[in-house]
Amino acid sequence: MSLQVDNLRVYYQTLSGDVKALDGATFSIADGEIMGLAGESGCGKTTLGNSLIRLGSRMKYVEGDILLDGKEVPIWDQHAMDRFRFEEISIVPQYAMSAMNPTRKIGTMVSELLNSRDINYRASLPELKKRLDLVKLTHDVLGMYPIELSGGMKQRMVMVLSTLMNPSLLIADEITSALDVSSQRAVAEMVVEFRDREFVKSVIVITHDVSVLYQIADSITVMYAGKLAEKAPTDTIIDAPRHPYTEMLTASLPEIGVKYSERRLEGIPGKPPLLLNPVPGCRFRDRCPYAYEKCEEEPPFREVDNNHFVACWKAFEDYA
Amino acid sequence: MLKLDKICKTYRVGAFGRHELHAVKDVSFEVKAGEVVSLIGESGSGKSTIGKMILRLTSLTEGTISFGEVDIAGHRRADLREYYRTVQGVFQDPFSSYNPIFKADRVFKMIKDEYCPHVPNNVWKEKVDSSLESVGLNPDEVLDKYPHQLSGGQLQRLLIGRALLLDIDFLVADEIISMLDASTRIDVLNLLADLKSRGLSILFITHDLSLGYYISDRSVILYRGRIVEMGTTEKVFNNSLHPYTQMLMVAVPHLHEKWQDTDVELEYEQIDPSSVGCPYYGRCPVAETDLGCHRENPPLIEVEPDHFVACFLQKPAPIHERESRPGVW
Repeated sequence: MSLQVDNLRVYYQTLSGDVKALDGATFSIADGEIMGLAGESGCGKTTLGNSLIRLGSRMKYVEGDILLDGKEVPIWDQHAMDRFRFEEISIVPQYAMSAMNPTRKIGTMVSELLNSRDINYRASLPELKKRLDLVKLTHDVLGMYPIELSGGMKQRMVMVLSTLMNPSLLIADEITSALDVSSQRAVAEMVVEFRDREFVKSVIVITHDVSVLYQIADSITVMYAGKLAEKAPTDTIIDAPRHPYTEMLTASLPEIGVKYSERRLEGIPGKPPLLLNPVPGCRFRDRCPYAYEKCEEEPPFREVDNNHFVACWKAFEDYA
Repeated sequence: MLKLDKICKTYRVGAFGRHELHAVKDVSFEVKAGEVVSLIGESGSGKSTIGKMILRLTSLTEGTISFGEVDIAGHRRADLREYYRTVQGVFQDPFSSYNPIFKADRVFKMIKDEYCPHVPNNVWKEKVDSSLESVGLNPDEVLDKYPHQLSGGQLQRLLIGRALLLDIDFLVADEIISMLDASTRIDVLNLLADLKSRGLSILFITHDLSLGYYISDRSVILYRGRIVEMGTTEKVFNNSLHPYTQMLMVAVPHLHEKWQDTDVELEYEQIDPSSVGCPYYGRCPVAETDLGCHRENPPLIEVEPDHFVACFLQKPAPIHERESRPGVW
């Protein structure tokens, strides 16, 4: 097991109380696994990704344990986390396109970054160049400013930079969302390539785009309103989901070949609950067509099949 | 209904504006009444610029846009006001379309003050309510609220509702789905389909091919400001002939079909593609210098009824099979 997360709770502190953005996440990622993390905006997927590397100033660690390769990751201790960042756990942040310093040439920025970690830039240069070749960027980019690169090129550059120290865990947050379809495919396939070449041991790919995850992820975890709804191997999530939310979410995705005049797709009525003081019980129950009395009690995140976890009373009943 | 004839938008760039950048070059197509046309392209393809030119938010460098036989470039004050009564736009980011310090329904009041000042308040309220209901919103839930109290999907539907208040004939929908969540985006898309069945023409600007396929009758594929392929949606998608369209089709992620099964060489973008010749020359896997791909821009030719491609490798259809002259539907 590369990463084990047990009952992780991270809240946002606001004037009106704690927003329970991540409320009890338990999951594990195997060595070499690419785990996709999907869900609507505000479901806590970015909070989960960020909390594994750096808690923002308003984020509050409540409880939970994280083990990476058997070592405890002290996410509540900003200082102790420094050992892990970049070398053990690395992130490609959302809006990675603007992650680079616009006033520095890319090579200068990389050398400053490495120096801050006491790593010699010159010694790392051959490896850096090798990886630039791999993602089809010319070595000239090191002498360029970020503004001279296109969005896809910047994204590839940040990917190379984030994985330079061969971290055990890479968190890739919305890396394909702002890109055109052709660069989207190139960047997504890069994630797989980096895993295959063992630059990274395991990856969490956070996105709202399930069809990208279907292409590259080994398993998909679906989040809803701060909780994990379902985790299963990719094909199972797409073809045989057991949580009604997963089912409705994948059914609402338009694909090439589907026209409204032939097959009209349906969205999910209603909207996600506010996470300030969520009502107890299943958080999807207001929008769920199958909800019944039992749903007023909170469903556990339980393994119903080999590597297939789900949090839904109806699913437990149907497949008991 | 709306006809674009060889429109161009050129920006002067570089020191003292010595270089020309063609954001849109020689684009001609037509949108008929009650028709949804998708304008599909990647970032920088000029798709939003075309939308803005139709809405008169930016000027044309060359060419004409005519709406119902009238050139819109000549519209001044009163004419322009009348033009906006029939043509409206909705844009990508619903959050920045509102002024956050005013209530969201102020957009309706502005329409009333500008276009219908003499309508009594109670009649107007009914009109607003019915327009909101037609976009699938409950008036009690959305009126008298500030933008931050509403979700992106609700704000976007409010904007469509605002456009409908005017009984418009033409809607420019510029990436209106891309900021919305998966569970609500299909509702907005279905709403557009319903409006179309009531006779509204829509120019649906998107970078998402599957959304374009879902909703449109015709599709126009843009690459670096030029049309590379256009025609009936089924023909463009199922029988793509331009190498760029073909590349897009295999790069788009499908559910139920893995990328490994469709193996193609993905061409990576180049830093400085040449400015003469076919715009796709630098990335094209089938380009041949014998055909002149590097020095001449291929014209848009009709290869089968209602299917146009700008590529030297394509042969035009026999004259008797063609429906119209090239470049015009």
